Amino acid sequence: MTPGVRSVVRGLGLPILASLFAIVIGAIVVAAIGFNPITVYGSLLSGAFGNLFSIGATLSGAVPLILIGLGIAIAFKAGVFNIGAEGQYWVGAIASVWVSYHFTGLPGWLHIILALVAGMLAGAVWGGVIPGLAKAYVGAHEVITTMMMSYIGILLAQYMIEEPNAPMRQPGYIPESPMIPNNVQLPFLPMKAFVQSQLSIGIFIALIAAVVVWLLLQKTTFGFQIRTVGYNQRAAKYAGVHVAWYTILALGMSGLFAGLAGGVQMLGVAHQLNDSFASQYGYTAIVVALLARNNPFGCIIAGIFFAALSTGGQTMQQFSGVPASLTDVLTGLVVFFVAAEQLIPEIRAWFRRNKDRRRIAGVQEGGKTA
Amino acid sequence: MGDFLSVTELTKAFPGVLANDHINLTLHRGEVHAILGENGAGKSTLMKLIYGLYEPDSGEILLEGNPVHFHSPRDAIHAGIGMVHQHFMLIPALTVADNVVLGDEPGHIRYDRKQAEEKVRSLSNQYKLTVDATAKVGDLSVGLQQRVEILKAFYRKAKLLILDEPTALLTPQETEELFSIIRHLRDEGIPILFISHKLDEVRAVANRVTVMRAGKTVATLSVAGTTSQQLANLMVGRDVVLRIEKQPQQRGSVLLDIRNLEVQDKDKHPRVRGVSFQVHAGEVFGLAGIDGNGQFELVDAIAGLLNVFRGSVWFDGQNITRLSPGARTATGIAYVPQDRQVEGLVLNFDLVENLMLRDFRRRPFSRNGWLSRQAAVKYANDLIQRFDIRPPDALRKAADLSGGNQQKVILAREVARDPKLLIVAQPTRGLDVGAIEGIHRQLLHLRDLGKAILLVSLELDEIMSLSDRIGVIHSGVLQDIVDAKTVTREKIGLLMTGSRSDEGARILSSDIQEVRKP
Ligand SMILES: Nc1ncnc2c1ncn2[C@@H]1O[C@H](COP(=O)(O)OP(=O)(O)O)[C@@H](O)[C@H]1O
Ligand SMILES: [Mg+2]
Repeated sequence: MTPGVRSVVRGLGLPILASLFAIVIGAIVVAAIGFNPITVYGSLLSGAFGNLFSIGATLSGAVPLILIGLGIAIAFKAGVFNIGAEGQYWVGAIASVWVSYHFTGLPGWLHIILALVAGMLAGAVWGGVIPGLAKAYVGAHEVITTMMMSYIGILLAQYMIEEPNAPMRQPGYIPESPMIPNNVQLPFLPMKAFVQSQLSIGIFIALIAAVVVWLLLQKTTFGFQIRTVGYNQRAAKYAGVHVAWYTILALGMSGLFAGLAGGVQMLGVAHQLNDSFASQYGYTAIVVALLARNNPFGCIIAGIFFAALSTGGQTMQQFSGVPASLTDVLTGLVVFFVAAEQLIPEIRAWFRRNKDRRRIAGVQEGGKTA
Repeated sequence: MGDFLSVTELTKAFPGVLANDHINLTLHRGEVHAILGENGAGKSTLMKLIYGLYEPDSGEILLEGNPVHFHSPRDAIHAGIGMVHQHFMLIPALTVADNVVLGDEPGHIRYDRKQAEEKVRSLSNQYKLTVDATAKVGDLSVGLQQRVEILKAFYRKAKLLILDEPTALLTPQETEELFSIIRHLRDEGIPILFISHKLDEVRAVANRVTVMRAGKTVATLSVAGTTSQQLANLMVGRDVVLRIEKQPQQRGSVLLDIRNLEVQDKDKHPRVRGVSFQVHAGEVFGLAGIDGNGQFELVDAIAGLLNVFRGSVWFDGQNITRLSPGARTATGIAYVPQDRQVEGLVLNFDLVENLMLRDFRRRPFSRNGWLSRQAAVKYANDLIQRFDIRPPDALRKAADLSGGNQQKVILAREVARDPKLLIVAQPTRGLDVGAIEGIHRQLLHLRDLGKAILLVSLELDEIMSLSDRIGVIHSGVLQDIVDAKTVTREKIGLLMTGSRSDEGARILSSDIQEVRKP
């Protein structure tokens, strides 16, 4: 095997192994609480992929996960941790919705593009420019700043519609913004099951975004500089890379994709800002990027995987009685085993030491001291 | 038999390498026996076999005439073998005495610290291993920690001491002290196996030397009867040139002109204070100095990695003081930084990416922001061949290469650009004799091609054998610039300590090293 092939195998093998471990241990948990793992996983699987409707629901749920995951992967590649994607998502959602129901009279496609671009910019400012500048110029750690900005973003979205006179609230008793006009909504895929499951062309946006991110990271000098900064800042400086600038750019790109996810979700599924601020997409997407090991195409698979867990989990609960939170257990286990990559050599070394110790004991018992 | 330890036909294979191939070795009572070999020759493996960390595939170890089979270091310790590893195994939070007795503490259920300290003190007197038994190990210098390791061995009644590359982390001063400890132990009748890849150390401390190459023992010689040249040739397996003959110099015009340069570190402390000098085309300008006297800050500032506080840098008639590192590269300055792994390379990148690391912005590596992988691979393969980088696999990560080959990658990248000025900092640190020779040849070849070379090194020998002129820096001030052909070691040594006067110039190299202690 050439080193290239080997690293691909290692790159793919580990996440798959981690997921398998998680599934096996999940099965043990299920069996331990008195259910048949096969029927439980069966219902989970059929809930996620059993018919066109569930496939549509899974893919629809994967769209924001893939998009945000891509952004987080970019930040990871540059060695920074964007933990505040949730807030960037909501800020993107606000901007997109606002642009969508303002400016009547634009052609639909142009309006859609404008709305999405507004979401992307809002996310980029929220995730990148502010935390990025703070990191580059006063050394504030991005884990703290993206997190704090995230709370502000989520609360801002609430503020926009919560009170009767809130800036984006439409008249009435329900805290929600005006609907996005029909011609600014992303069309659903033209099949009844997909319309019902709200699978919009956002899925294609997510797939294209993955290709774009891959090209960006692997094929451009921009990506080369991001990766150099991520691996070794001193070498990056030596290579002539403006380290602070690229850190800001990476965080900005990261927020841009989270903002895009917010926009796509609003235009494609929610069609308005309403009181559903517990999306959790921004947090699950961190796991998506981790499981994908920051590979853009991996983000597609990992996004679908976690979306499947969540849609399948509902069905599983209905049909087998196992609480849907089992899927949270599975998520936790996946995270654990992905992180366990560093643990595996440790465990191996521990076994070896133990073997040694037993051998020494055996020698001494046998009285055969040297 | 008078041999304390003898090893016959010892063999150990790892997947893909025969690390020890029918090794034969005898160690007499009361001798310091050096094992000399390049990195990867199999020295550590042999020691680990003797110490019971590995078990041999075949062959025999005789201790005082009796065959022994160690299954673990514990067996070896029982048999009286002590080993100090390159990386110490001490607990920083405990005291010296605690560390020494750990695992074999005096007292019964209750640990008797008084007695432990007493025992450590008497051992320390007996073997002249001066160290405070009550000090916390974490507060000790590397050299003193090493003594604690040696004490640990003697506390466990070692009759033979193995030291695996013991000088690797020591300052020259500490090295000198270690050598006198080793001589004292030898006089006490303790045989010592001393592992090294440095010729001068072997010559300084060993009685006999066994040379290893590629897993085999090549020869065992008495040190007194051999020259460094012989040892180097045996070690590398071909004729090595330790000191390369220089061509007569063809000095050209001024390329680099440093004017009154001042550089500060992050905390605004001045590190370079008003330095001025010029480097001409076709010359090697050596910058000598004790570590920490501003020489690395100076070259970082010339390369654009540190800001200039005051003064200016002129290159080829142009003021480059405010140019970015990338722009300076483009004007024809190449830079081999001091720390190849932390600065010179991205260890996680493959050789293709590392070889274009400083040139990725220009063609053929990229066009309008798009990388051309194909062109980069072709370029990398070309350099790998030209500079004999091994293994010749462009897709391998830089981390997988040996130190010498990593350095070749950096040098290849910097030289291939055909720069006018090459700044090299510590180009041969930690490298084998063979690799050092290659790099020295390369540098002198560039000089003969008319390039200007600014060489910074902590090795005075390296500076003296390569340079045409030598600038000596002390606490950020350039003391003097001297002609390498006529200057003496002693004179440079004196300048390095900050003294400009010529009287008392009979300073010895060991005195020079004294000052190197931080
Ligand atoms: N535990 C190991 N597993 C596999 N290969 C090893 C191991 N230890 C050493 N080697 C290989 O054996 C050879 C000799 O290594 P070593 O004894 O460490 O050399 P030295 O100490 O002379 O530098 C090298 O090629 C090295 O890569
Ligand atoms: Mg070794």
